[in-house]
This record gives sequence, structure tokens and C-alpha cells, in this order.
Amino acid sequence: MSLLDSTPPAPGSDDDVLRLIGPTGERTASPDLDPWVSDVDDAALVRLLTDMAVVRRVDLEATALQRQGQVGLWPPLLGQEAAQIGSARALRTDDFIFPSYRETGVAYCRGVDMLEVLRLWRGAALSGWDPMEFGMGTAQIVIGAQTLHAAGYALGTRLDGSDAATITYFGDGATSQGDVNEAMVFAASFQAPVLFFCQNNHWAISEPVRVQAHAPLAGRAAGFGIPSVRVDGNDVLACLAATRRALDRVRSGSGPAFIEAVTYRMGPHTTADDPTRYRDPNELDLWKARDPLARVEAYLVSRGHDPEELRAQLQRAADEVAARLRREVVRLPDPGPLDLFEHVYAAPHEQLERERREYALYLAQFEDQAQFGDQAQFGDQARTGDDARTGKNPDGGPGAPGGAAPSAAHGTEVAR
Amino acid sequence: MSGITFAKALNEGLRRAMERDPKVVLMGEDIGRLGGVFRITDGLQKDFGEHRVLDTPLAESGIVGTAVGLAYRGYRPVVEIQFDGFVYPAFDQIVAQVAKLHYRTRGRVVMPLTIRIPFGGGIGSPEHHSEAPEAYFAHTAGLRVVSPSNPQEAFTMIQQAIACPDPVVFFEPKRRYHDTAEVDLDTEPATDPRVLPMGSARVVRPGTDATLVVYGAMVKTALDAAAAAADEGTSIEVIDLRSLAPLDSAALEASVRRTGRLVIAHEAPRTGGLGAEIAATVTERCFDYLEHAPVRVTGFDIPYPPAKSERHHQPDLDRILDGVDRVLGRPNSLSGVPGNVAEAQGGGDDHRA
Repeated sequence: MSLLDSTPPAPGSDDDVLRLIGPTGERTASPDLDPWVSDVDDAALVRLLTDMAVVRRVDLEATALQRQGQVGLWPPLLGQEAAQIGSARALRTDDFIFPSYRETGVAYCRGVDMLEVLRLWRGAALSGWDPMEFGMGTAQIVIGAQTLHAAGYALGTRLDGSDAATITYFGDGATSQGDVNEAMVFAASFQAPVLFFCQNNHWAISEPVRVQAHAPLAGRAAGFGIPSVRVDGNDVLACLAATRRALDRVRSGSGPAFIEAVTYRMGPHTTADDPTRYRDPNELDLWKARDPLARVEAYLVSRGHDPEELRAQLQRAADEVAARLRREVVRLPDPGPLDLFEHVYAAPHEQLERERREYALYLAQFEDQAQFGDQAQFGDQARTGDDARTGKNPDGGPGAPGGAAPSAAHGTEVAR
Repeated sequence: MSGITFAKALNEGLRRAMERDPKVVLMGEDIGRLGGVFRITDGLQKDFGEHRVLDTPLAESGIVGTAVGLAYRGYRPVVEIQFDGFVYPAFDQIVAQVAKLHYRTRGRVVMPLTIRIPFGGGIGSPEHHSEAPEAYFAHTAGLRVVSPSNPQEAFTMIQQAIACPDPVVFFEPKRRYHDTAEVDLDTEPATDPRVLPMGSARVVRPGTDATLVVYGAMVKTALDAAAAAADEGTSIEVIDLRSLAPLDSAALEASVRRTGRLVIAHEAPRTGGLGAEIAATVTERCFDYLEHAPVRVTGFDIPYPPAKSERHHQPDLDRILDGVDRVLGRPNSLSGVPGNVAEAQGGGDDHRA
């Protein structure tokens, strides 16, 4: 290659990816990957397929719950099941995960209750599960910020002499952020045992991956001295194998590694997004034909599994999780008004305590009124949409899925 | 005249600015084909081309830093930060570069950037989508910080911001994007004497008993509160600040000299917020006219809470009226609390006359 004369391949192409199960279920050999999944028999593959079917169903249920107003917003993972399940099933329980906000499948593999995923998106809390209990950080909404945390955590495990690995998930859009590039610099500089797992789903809201990159994203890592690989992100077996291989390297003390899982965001960015405004439907059809679940199903059927039986089995597993989710999500409690002041600081903070006391006194006025006026109780939606002063709903913002209209029953008689 | 939304008014204002000056370019995430997540730039890429409306890579520091380079080259970049809570990666470029370049180069380099930021809560969003970070920028010398409160001023102020030779951080009250009003789209902000200068505050409702200072989305809330107070015989003067930096202190002083009482309300947390600056400025300049210590009604000193809790965090009509009660020395939520300024200063009789 002469100076200033390289023509990189298009970043969206998937011709050069490593693959074990192709779109129609054909099993291909890969000397790079095969050794890492020699233990994966048909039964194990059925388990991986079941995982994918369950998280796909969780995802569809969450989208439906958003439409029904039970969830404020939802970022679907539809299409990315293989990348998430394959990579997450390669992890040990003492490994640590720093995800973005779309890793529902990873959280599922970690044993996180899917309700805890919904708690955030329902608007009932800023996060669900305990990161320290599940070895997985909570959803990171600031694009790419978590990758630096992963580099730092990995540095910590190295300093501790542990062979636990750290993995961080991010998307193609995030690779433009300074944080992600700094994370790779730091990880390489400290030879931190961290695996950068990039799900290239081709779209950052409305922007195709070519806005972020004119060459395959995996190629970025090389510039930082980090070995990388492109893998078919819709092939669960290849994702499992590639992640196992990369984790082995990471654990061995050889420094960070990078995987670009080439996949596709089949749904909108979130339920607030409308991809028909910017996406060619033909592209969707192209990727529908590369579905991560259908190919495993086809492969298993080609191995003699009964398709009806297989589908019924997946259906049962998905139904069970979905039914519980629907039943329980409405029971997720709303935070109480004074919960606002919890956990801002770890140590006592007099100024904030004063604000809490003052707000409690403020709310107590409504409690007084409730005793006389049969209004809702303090701490339980004390404020209603009716305003005692104006007799109207004074200040409802546009479409607040958080629920109740604001403002209050400020008792003219009581409070004044 | 036509009834259009706040969002559409901004869109029309951007369109006018682009028609007027070929050096105006728009940059941001998803602003081109999609028209922005709030559709503020809807149709502009189609009409002006991809060279004037640029979909950028997903990196806020990159957006602002690149805009600095374009400004060096003689362009007038208008950048969109998608949500308030995503501005922080660009903070270094804004505070250390955008704000300081004119000063650093002894006036030889101008930075006529407009940084548009949808801000504030009340729309039930997840974390980082509802913040009010204006104080960080108002604190930074070299930046002008403004916030329109209605469609007409969205239309004119965005054009004034773009025309301004200084960098302007332009805070858009996102929960008012769908508010609709008649907007005079034929006005020329630069020459129409009816259009206020960008740096001026505006009395949006005259009153005599207390001055209530607000900006952005809170203006509507304050007007509702003033209307409710009027039903009870209290006359509140509502001032739409419009310019957060610099403050139009002359307008604030003139009002407080008439009313003798000052309430400031904003969504942002109290500590170091605009309310503190306004209270200090007015107290310094109008101390002899004040009948009561200024009162702040603000968001709490907490990170922006989850959507299900935000109605408790955001000052609403009732919390504003409670603040009015305090400044008038009437019974209020803190009556009887030791150290409460209302108790310390006693009743609300008007001693001026």
C-alpha cells in the first residue's frame, strides 16, 4: 500500500465477517472459531436459541407495554439477539459488564429479573438491578461513557491479580465519541483486560454507519494496538466462539481486544422514533433474511429436530416470561415524593436535609386538606390534576408518560 | 399571521436565517433527513442541501469543536445538541474555546456560533433528557445565554442569536415545543422596532404586589400562577427574563422598585442557579426598595429524578404561589419554621407608600 492510497471496504458490508451458521442454517467451518465451540452440542444450541426467543419476546412485550402506557419509552433489541446472547453466554460470573441501554439480552443471561430492566423505562427509578450483585452496570444512556468505566474496572482487576475479564457493549454510533476512543487508548496503555464489544447495528437513530465510519469499525482497534475481529453478529454460535476466544486472550494478560459484531437494528431506535422517515424498507427485508433465530432453527431442523416441537418449546419458554412481565409490571411501585432526596449523597448533607424537611412541610398542607376534603393521601399521589385555585389543570406538559398530570389541590382554605 | 407551534416557529426562524446568510450552516445529530428528534430542522436539508444541513457523527465535542473551525473560516454554524444532558461532552469546547476565542485573540477571531439546546423536563423522559444546565453557561464569560418562552419569540430570537457576533447558547423549552400561537412571520427582527433586543427582559403581565421572574417553560406556569393569584386579589408582575446572560438588570430593578418584592422560579436546582444571581443583583441595587428578602422557587438540589417523580421536582403553580405567600409574609408552607425568612421579617403590610 502506498502512502495515502488505501481504499477501505465499505463499513456496512458483511462479506468479511467470521461465521459458523449462515442465514439459511448452513454450518460452515472456521478454523478460527470452531475450536472454541467444540463443546456446543445440539442441546446447548437449543438453549441458546431459547435464550434468544425469550429475550425477543421480552422485547416485544416491552414495546407493547410502552404502547399501553405502562412503560414510558423502550429501546428495542430486535435483531440483535444473537450478538447479545452469544457474547453474554461466553462470560464467567466473576466477569464484569458495562453495557449501553439496549443490552436486555445480556442482562437476561446475567440472571437479572426483566422487571428490573423495565423499572428504568417505566420511569420509576434511574436504574433497576444492583450492579454489584449481577456483575453488570446499569443502563448507560450517555453514549459511550461506559467504555471508560470498563477500562478502569479492568485495570483494577489487573492490579488485583485477578483473571476476571471486563466487557463493554456499545454501538456503531458510540465509536465517534471521544470517550470510546479514549477508552481504547487507556486500555491499551495499561494493557487492561477489557473486551470492547461493538454491536454495529448499522443505525445511530437516523444516521447510517457510514456517517460514523468510512472503514469497518473493527479496523479502528488496530490503530490503538488492540487486536480485533469482525463477526457475524446474527450468528449466535460465532458470537459465542469469538467472545470466548477474545476473553481467553484478555484473561491471559495480553491486553484488550475488540469485537465488531455486524448486526442490524430491526426496530426503531426507541419507541419514540419513526424509522420510516429515513430507512429504505428493502434494507429491512435484506436483514430479515439474515434473522438470528431463524437460522439456528433451520440448522437444528436440518439435524433432525422436529420444527413443530422446537417452536412449541420456544413458545412455552417465551410465554412464561412474558406473562409474568405483563402481570408484574403494573405492580412496580412509583417512588414516593420524598424519595427525591434519597441517595444524592452517601454521607449526611444538611442542606439537602433542609430541602427535604421543607418539602415535607409543603406536602403536609395537602395532607391536612386530604383529611378534610377526602383527597388522596400524602405520599400516595397526594397531588391531583385539579387545582383548587384555578379549577383547571394548569401545567400539563406534552405527552408525559410518567402519568399523573402535575399540580395540586392546594387548599385555599387550609393553606392560606 | 398564522397559528403555528413553537417547534415550527423555530424552524421558520432557522429558514429565514439561512435564506438571509449563505454562511449559516446547521450541524447536529439526526437533524438532516430525520429533521431532528424534535423535528425543529424538518425539511431544511431537503430545501438547502446536505452542504448546509449536516448530519454529524455522534459526538458532541466533535460537533462544537468542528463548528469552531467553521467559524474561523467565516461560517455561522448553528449546532443542535440533541438533549440538555448530552451537552457535557461538548462542555470543554464551549467553555474553553467557544467562549474564550474572541478574548484570547484580542478580538481578531469572532465566534458567531449558536448552540441550540432543548432543555427542561416535564415530558416523562429517561435520565439526561430533562435537565436545566443553563447556569453552567451563564457562569461562563464570553457566552450569551438566552431562552425564548413562546412561538413568536422563538421565531425572532433564533434569528437574533444567529445574527449575533458573539456565541449564543440558545435554550429551547422542550415541553413548550407543541404550544401553538399566532406568529408574525413577516417581521424582520433586525429592523422591526416592535421586536425586543435579544438581551432584554419583558414584562409579560404587569402587577403591583410582587415581581415574579421566570424564563423558558416556566413563563407559562408563572402566568397561570399570576392569574390564579389575581382571582384572590393579589397582583403579580411576571417578567420573562429571555436573556439569562447578560441579565437585563434595569428591567428587574424597575419592576422591583414598583413592587418591593421578588420571587424567582426556575426548574434548575437552587444552588448556584440563576435565581441566586438575580436575587443578589436585585438586592445589591434595590435593597432600599425591598419589603422582604427575595424568594427562590426552584428544582431541588438533586440530580434530575425519574419521570414518575419529576412533578415533585419541578416548580408548579402551587409551589410558585407558596413562594408568593412567603414573599408577601402570608401564611405559607414554612410558617412557624425557625429561620424561615417569612417569619423573621414578619407580616406583609405594604410599608412603602
